[in-house]
Amino acid sequence: MSEGVSHAGALWDSVAFVPPVQRGKEEPVSDHQVTEVGQPEERVDVRLKGVRRTYGDVVAVADVDLDIRHNEFFTMLGPSGSGKTTMLRMIAGFEVPDRGTVEVAGRDVTTLPAYDRDVNTVFQDYALFPHMSVAENVEYGLRIAKVAKGERAERRDAALEMVRLSGYGGRKPTELSGGQRQRVALARAIVNRPRVLLLDEPLGALDLKLRQQLQIELKRIQREVGITFVYVTHDQEEALTMSDRIAVVNEGGIEQIGEPEAVYESPDNAFVAGFVGISNIVERPGGDFSIRPEKIRVLADGEGGEGLQVESGTIRQVSYAGMVTRFHVALDEGGEVQVARQNAETTSHEDEDLPGRQVRVGWRPEHAVAVGAQSGNETSTEEE
Amino acid sequence: MRLSRRADLMLRGLSGLTLLFIYIPLLIIFIYAFNTSRVLEWPPPGFTLQWFSDAITNDGARDAFLLSLKVGALATTLALVLGTLASMAVARYSFFGRETISFLVILPIALPGIVTGVALNATFTEFLDIGLSLFTVVVAHATFCIVVVYNNVVARFRRLSGNLEEASADLGATPWMTFRRVTLPNIRTALVAGGLLAFGLSFDEIIVTTFTAGTGEQTLPLWIFQNFSRPNQLPVVNVVAVLVILISIIPVYLAHRLTRDEGGAAPTGGREGVAAQAEGLTAP
Repeated sequence: MSEGVSHAGALWDSVAFVPPVQRGKEEPVSDHQVTEVGQPEERVDVRLKGVRRTYGDVVAVADVDLDIRHNEFFTMLGPSGSGKTTMLRMIAGFEVPDRGTVEVAGRDVTTLPAYDRDVNTVFQDYALFPHMSVAENVEYGLRIAKVAKGERAERRDAALEMVRLSGYGGRKPTELSGGQRQRVALARAIVNRPRVLLLDEPLGALDLKLRQQLQIELKRIQREVGITFVYVTHDQEEALTMSDRIAVVNEGGIEQIGEPEAVYESPDNAFVAGFVGISNIVERPGGDFSIRPEKIRVLADGEGGEGLQVESGTIRQVSYAGMVTRFHVALDEGGEVQVARQNAETTSHEDEDLPGRQVRVGWRPEHAVAVGAQSGNETSTEEE
Repeated sequence: MRLSRRADLMLRGLSGLTLLFIYIPLLIIFIYAFNTSRVLEWPPPGFTLQWFSDAITNDGARDAFLLSLKVGALATTLALVLGTLASMAVARYSFFGRETISFLVILPIALPGIVTGVALNATFTEFLDIGLSLFTVVVAHATFCIVVVYNNVVARFRRLSGNLEEASADLGATPWMTFRRVTLPNIRTALVAGGLLAFGLSFDEIIVTTFTAGTGEQTLPLWIFQNFSRPNQLPVVNVVAVLVILISIIPVYLAHRLTRDEGGAAPTGGREGVAAQAEGLTAP
């Protein structure tokens, strides 16, 4: 990161956070912000309680309880149609739940219109005002909040600098690239210093390289501004990379909430195992177990495999993917697993004659995670 | 699509003939307006500006002209408000009967004027029993003026992302502020275009006007129609017709250009302007 970035951060800090000017909606810290355990650092910025939303016969969100902590990067990860965007829209105020309550910073905002909530949204399609310049877009919220002209300009410039678009203020949104528009959308939201920033698949329309670059920037910006981010995505890698905690959403409910490591290493059930990363699910006495491909090793001939759970099987297929080579192994005890091997010291040529061969594979017993006895067909999701 | 040389030439010829057929009569009216003879004879025997000064000093023509401006302005204003509201409802909300409403709003433009005229006349004079007046003409004109406003604005709304209004609300703007700062600027050219077309429609409307205007309310088309059959007024009628043509061309031309330039993003004038003008001369 360059000098300019840290400078931007410093400027932002000096301008943005002393003193925090709010839209007159901030409420004193209430007893809501102490969790059941009573840990004082667990301030809750967003709380959904028994929230339900249906569209006709379709249940988009089914009785969801959810606490999002102060200053965390919280991601709602799920397939399209899982209800994650509806949850976000209820926090933003674009949708009203059929029942349940939505709290922002301890205040019940369930029926409050969007313009009375201390949250801002970054939209998937950016939703930049086409008739305004970049600067006018960024200043919009401040203008509405009647922030004085001088401070407005200062905050606008700081926000534009933060997203590295200084000097672009005079352009129209149509004169920007997709990535630049996304940054303007971010600046326009963040300049208001909302309590919570909602991001609805903000990188969805961008190509992979740009997406990865902006993931890192978003994370940096979140740390710099210290605002709670609620991020919606269907991209598991994005979720794992950026989040402090992830809620895996499926069919209107939350399957699991936890830190990326927890969600990945110890999925609660087959859906989470399958949706977050590639997962092998094998049925063995005692239930279904999920084993990540990188946790399984193809044992060399004569290797003992001490401390490992060892099974034998037949290699069905070998696919070379550059960084790793994947082996599909049909286990003798039933089930087929994918084994990923880092190509640290090997080349693909050594594996060419492998299909059809009998091999032994092993994994550490703790890496076989029980995921209940449901569906055996959720072996994996397709990769990017 | 490539046309054969013969088809191409034929289409060009026919298009040219059609345009000539439309515009030559207008040209003839122009020429007659400067004709020294009181009757329509061809070729005109001489050139004079006499009838222009007659027309300008003609009280009947002037009053009718002013009344038409007034009716057009009022009907257009009414149509702008109602047409915009209707298009917002249809484009932004889904509700029971939305398609029906959309259809019902558009229908009046397709109805024969004579039917609309008779129906409105019966409604005003018998059913409501309010008598015919300036008010009734304005309302009658608004029924079809709404359509052009509605069509223009609803088309713009469909292209405009609904997210913009959500984004505005998200940034703290009340619905009214959102309308003023986000919605209105983005539909402004559609409103102006729709309004100009609406004014054009109202300004030369005669059939519905005949049935809904009070006895004292003579709009310009009514005045022309009445005086057309009076031989001594004919030269003045020609002059008034020329003025009406000129006045009608302006709003239609402006509306055409506004909807072409889309939101005013493209620079007007220069090459763009010339292109629009060239298009405007051949496109309609």
